Amino acid sequence: MQDTILEVKHLSKYYAGVKALNDVSISFKKGEVHALAGENGAGKSTLIKVLTGAIEPTAGEIIIDGKSHQKLDPIWSLENGIAAIYQEFNLVPYLSVAENIYFGKEISKSAFVDKKTMNAEVQKSLDEIGISIKPSTLVAELGVAYQQIVEIVKAVTSKSRILIMDEPTAPLTKTETQVLYKIIEKLKKDNVTIIFISHRMEEMFEICDRVTVMRDGQYVTTKDIKDITRKDLIAYMVGRELGEDYPERTKPVGETVMKIKGYSNNKINNISFELHKGEILGFGGLVGAGRTEVMQAIFGADRLESGEITLNGKELKIKDPGSALDQGIGLIPEDRKNQGVLLGLSVKENVSFSSLKQAMIGPFVDRKKDTAIADEYCKKLRIKTPNINQLVKNLSGGNQQKVVLAKMLATQCDVLIFDEPTRGIDVGAKQEIYTLMRRLVDEEGKSIIMVSSEMPELIGMSDRILVMRFGRIVGELKKGEFSQESILEYASGLLGG
Amino acid sequence: MSSKVNSKKVKNILGSYGIIFVLIALVVIFSILSSRFLMADNIFNILRQVSIVGIISVGMTFVMITGGIDLSCGSIVGATGVGAALLMTEYNMNPVLACVLMCIFGIIIGIANGYFISYLNVPPFIATLGMMTSVRGIAYIVTGGLPVFGFNRDFTVLGQGYLSIIPIPVLIMIAAFAFGFIFLTKTRAGRHIYGVGGNEEASRLSGVHVKRIKFLVYAVAGFMSGLAGVVLLARVNSGQPNAGEGYEMDVITGVVLGGVSMSGGQGRIVMVIIGVMIMGVLTNGMTMLSINEYIQQFVKGMVLIAAVAFDSFIKTQRAKQVVG
Repeated sequence: MQDTILEVKHLSKYYAGVKALNDVSISFKKGEVHALAGENGAGKSTLIKVLTGAIEPTAGEIIIDGKSHQKLDPIWSLENGIAAIYQEFNLVPYLSVAENIYFGKEISKSAFVDKKTMNAEVQKSLDEIGISIKPSTLVAELGVAYQQIVEIVKAVTSKSRILIMDEPTAPLTKTETQVLYKIIEKLKKDNVTIIFISHRMEEMFEICDRVTVMRDGQYVTTKDIKDITRKDLIAYMVGRELGEDYPERTKPVGETVMKIKGYSNNKINNISFELHKGEILGFGGLVGAGRTEVMQAIFGADRLESGEITLNGKELKIKDPGSALDQGIGLIPEDRKNQGVLLGLSVKENVSFSSLKQAMIGPFVDRKKDTAIADEYCKKLRIKTPNINQLVKNLSGGNQQKVVLAKMLATQCDVLIFDEPTRGIDVGAKQEIYTLMRRLVDEEGKSIIMVSSEMPELIGMSDRILVMRFGRIVGELKKGEFSQESILEYASGLLGG
Repeated sequence: MSSKVNSKKVKNILGSYGIIFVLIALVVIFSILSSRFLMADNIFNILRQVSIVGIISVGMTFVMITGGIDLSCGSIVGATGVGAALLMTEYNMNPVLACVLMCIFGIIIGIANGYFISYLNVPPFIATLGMMTSVRGIAYIVTGGLPVFGFNRDFTVLGQGYLSIIPIPVLIMIAAFAFGFIFLTKTRAGRHIYGVGGNEEASRLSGVHVKRIKFLVYAVAGFMSGLAGVVLLARVNSGQPNAGEGYEMDVITGVVLGGVSMSGGQGRIVMVIIGVMIMGVLTNGMTMLSINEYIQQFVKGMVLIAAVAFDSFIKTQRAKQVVG
């Protein structure tokens, strides 16, 4: 029997009438990987914030090593080995990888920081997990996936006893996720307790020992992962039966609508493909394979060196995103916070932001038309907001994503590019987005290009999949030929070269 | 419970309109201390005193909502003032034409700012700091450092005249605020200005021509500074090459008091009016009470810090309620 390292008892946290945590009791054992599952708003983040000392609980106690605490303090938490890796990074961009990892606990030789030793130490840790980045690289020069890995290594080197990981794999691809698993295995051996939060089910089943489900701020159940099925878990999370399934198409795929020929720039090489009416064309590949870069080039957001595009038989000249939108191509970007939503503007202002032209009377925006656009798409996408004047930053992740979608749909583009459409949103909202995508192609005759790093989603939603590697398209798979293996073989260079 | 709800409501109101209460409090204090303070002529006096800073603050608001700053405004005031003065005295130019030309000069300086910032990627602070120094240089070059005077009454009415009881500069300020209000709240470009300040990349990917928006806001700022320059010239009746020196700080103070965020994305022109008025009331009230100018200076600085600290305090209180 393993010992309990951390226990929360009857923990509650109220915010002006909202019960973010309501009488929650959970115990965590030494050296286990314990998943917290639940939809957005279930109270997972609040619980974590209590554990890291970021917020003070309204009631209840936290027991660490047998000692009871009313609340924790951030510095005390860190000193006592409780560390957290958040979705948003806490790295300093213009310091090197090694300097970040040793931030606040620099190794020094007399009065100066000993960069050499720090670099060597970090190199050792990186080698151990098989990641080839130089410790002296600036963090700003790394992609999101590698930044995440740096964040993890940082937490690992701080000798934590309890490590909280909030969506650690969101920006990672399969290979990098494997690296993370390796790190987790190693930590387990060192008797570190890991509290793991992820929206990707398969991960919980792969690496977690136990799972605790929360819903609406309340504790639902704790199970050994081997005693529970995926379906049961989802049912616990949503409180109702909900299949994680992909809606079937009801109409056949039509004629070619868009042709891309010879797209090249410094990141992509001779990209050519066709998109058909009513089709969902998937783009698979590893992070850094150039999928997002292709989409940005099509949308006019990145410079293009050569290449032609025709839409509905007409050759287009796209010089910036504005002209792409005018000509019927829309993009829902991968990084919702930085590229998608205008957090400080209202739902209404966000939704109509790209389609204001439709709401003009002379030089002025007509309030009625503006409101009508927002109302229409809020209803259509079932955006949960108290009213359309609510600031977007107060909405949940899933609803923010729907706002970004609404903004693009309101422009009435024929071709919609979805770059990682369901990253970091909960099961319920994912399902709604799938249904919506299906409806867009079946009922409204739109055509969709979807970039996704989530295999089940890519396979489940796509009619055809193009796999990219090193800036080129290396394989095309038709429905029926899809499998995780076939995509990975192309993506990793086993097939197609 | 009900008292809790009430205190929450009070906090919300304070958060949105806190600065109005500061203004009201100041007015009450000064009218108690000085019986002349609330008389109509003094009120117009205050309005006339703030009109120059008020006009410029419209442009500054545009710029700051995009997350930028314009330090060159005071120098533009100086350069357009002496420019108009020289055109009218040396070249006998029609006053209207001279004023229009100087407003265009302001726009050109603004466009230059926009070019450095959006095409050469010079940070707004640096670009406009450089422009501030150079444009002041122009004012000294064209005048040789000497004041220019001798205009006819047709021109000075712009700064000294009245429409019934309302001073002309005040009318111009009101027009500028009205323009700013309508532009920011009712037009597409206005919406885009907020978008660029809130999230530049998201705006670009939403089809906004970010560079064009930046040109626009600095051009508006340049225009407002040029306009303020000729109004000031008409009011003081002499073209001083050092006119408008330090105005950028007064303007920024007023705009920040009005709740425009230094990091961009938020701010309302209506509140900027209040911010500018607070500065005007402070100066006027303290002068009426014969408070020494050095002390005035000190008080104004402290008021700025106190008002903004109060504002962020209220905002953090509110944020605590929203989280969850």
